[in-house]
Amino acid sequence: MKLLCVAFATLLTGCATTNGDPRDPLEGLNRKVYVFNDKLDSWVLRPVATGYRNWVPGELRDRVRNFFGNIADPLIGVNNMLQGKFEDGFLDWIRFGFNSTFGLFGLHDIASDMGYEKHNEDFGQTFGRWGAGTGPYLVLPLLGSSNVRDGLGSALDIYLDPLGEVRPYHLEYGLWATRLVQTRSDLLDASRILEEASLDKYVFQRDAYLQRRRNLIYDGRPPRERDVDTIPPGEPK
Amino acid sequence: MTRILALVALTTAMTFGGARAQQLTPPDTLVKQVTLEVVELIAKDKEIRGGNRAKLIGLINDKVLPHFNFVSMSALAMGQSWNKATPEQKKRVTEEFKTLLVRTYASALASYSDQKFDFRPLRAKAGDTDVTVNVRVLQPGAQPVPIDYSMEKTASGWKVYDVMVGGVSLVANYRTEFNNLVRESGVEGLIKNLSAKNRALEGADRK
Repeated sequence: MKLLCVAFATLLTGCATTNGDPRDPLEGLNRKVYVFNDKLDSWVLRPVATGYRNWVPGELRDRVRNFFGNIADPLIGVNNMLQGKFEDGFLDWIRFGFNSTFGLFGLHDIASDMGYEKHNEDFGQTFGRWGAGTGPYLVLPLLGSSNVRDGLGSALDIYLDPLGEVRPYHLEYGLWATRLVQTRSDLLDASRILEEASLDKYVFQRDAYLQRRRNLIYDGRPPRERDVDTIPPGEPK
Repeated sequence: MTRILALVALTTAMTFGGARAQQLTPPDTLVKQVTLEVVELIAKDKEIRGGNRAKLIGLINDKVLPHFNFVSMSALAMGQSWNKATPEQKKRVTEEFKTLLVRTYASALASYSDQKFDFRPLRAKAGDTDVTVNVRVLQPGAQPVPIDYSMEKTASGWKVYDVMVGGVSLVANYRTEFNNLVRESGVEGLIKNLSAKNRALEGADRK
């Protein structure tokens, strides 16, 4: 938590290096943090996540994913409610109810099998839904791609995370670490594809993040962006 | 006489072309057929499952490639820079971009592990020539991942000109990178970069 605040202070007062992209005025600094995160990932997190995927059976990894997915559902419901999507929010709580009981403490996602699909919501999306702009793009230490709005959202997400209530502390930290490794292992393929597909990984990841967040805020149905001036006239579209 | 012959030839071509256009496979059916066929072929092929990348790329070239319009994709990815390129440069960009995209597609397919597909009903009017076909990949404990194919109607069938995964448009995502490279070192610089990337990936495969 303290780290986050320090990161923010540094970023907001830090040198503003401009490489021309108006969405990313802090690109110079962001790239430095990006390199730091990338090194940390390739030295520690990725090897651990790879080992986890190779040695832990898929069946068990599904249980771990479901467990953490389940304890996140109540707060996803709160965010849906805050965005005025009461039915979705209510369904998130139904999911939590079913999965925590019949799904054996969330180890089985029976709600999805019943047709109650999982949603993706967080405070960054709620702020966006309320009309907050993104602010400059940020690469946060450890947390990665973000922006001022989503960074504040993430701070609130972390503050309210149910894992924060877990005691004793070593169990709490163990659970955070397990979730981190599980999440990273789910992203191993995606990150390799990113590596292969991009010419400049930093730019590719940034643009993908911005597109993805915009899409999430509109729940997969964003208004069409004005694409007209990017399509050259006389060319097949 | 030659004029009449030419006219006859033209009308015949138009009639037959028209008749064929009537029977174009609808875009949503096309996506479903190709997806299921490719997934089944991979499931049956031990070599591909064992990591034979060349064979997988061969399969994509045969089954998937004919349904993509790479000129459109390159033009959209380059945006305004497309107009700065000569016809010859456009051809080379398209060729290199195609190689890169096929390889990316192969990586995505290689990581496929029995997830279920949900083919959504097409929301389009009868006369539409530009539609989006929605597919969702379902996975336990996580939100389904939407894959949206932007498709345009052409004389030789419906062609994909963009793929959106989880709301991220592939061609739009290349636009900043491409424009940065063109600004720094011209269209030639972009082509050089793309081909260097492709060669590096090819080298990594042979290891």
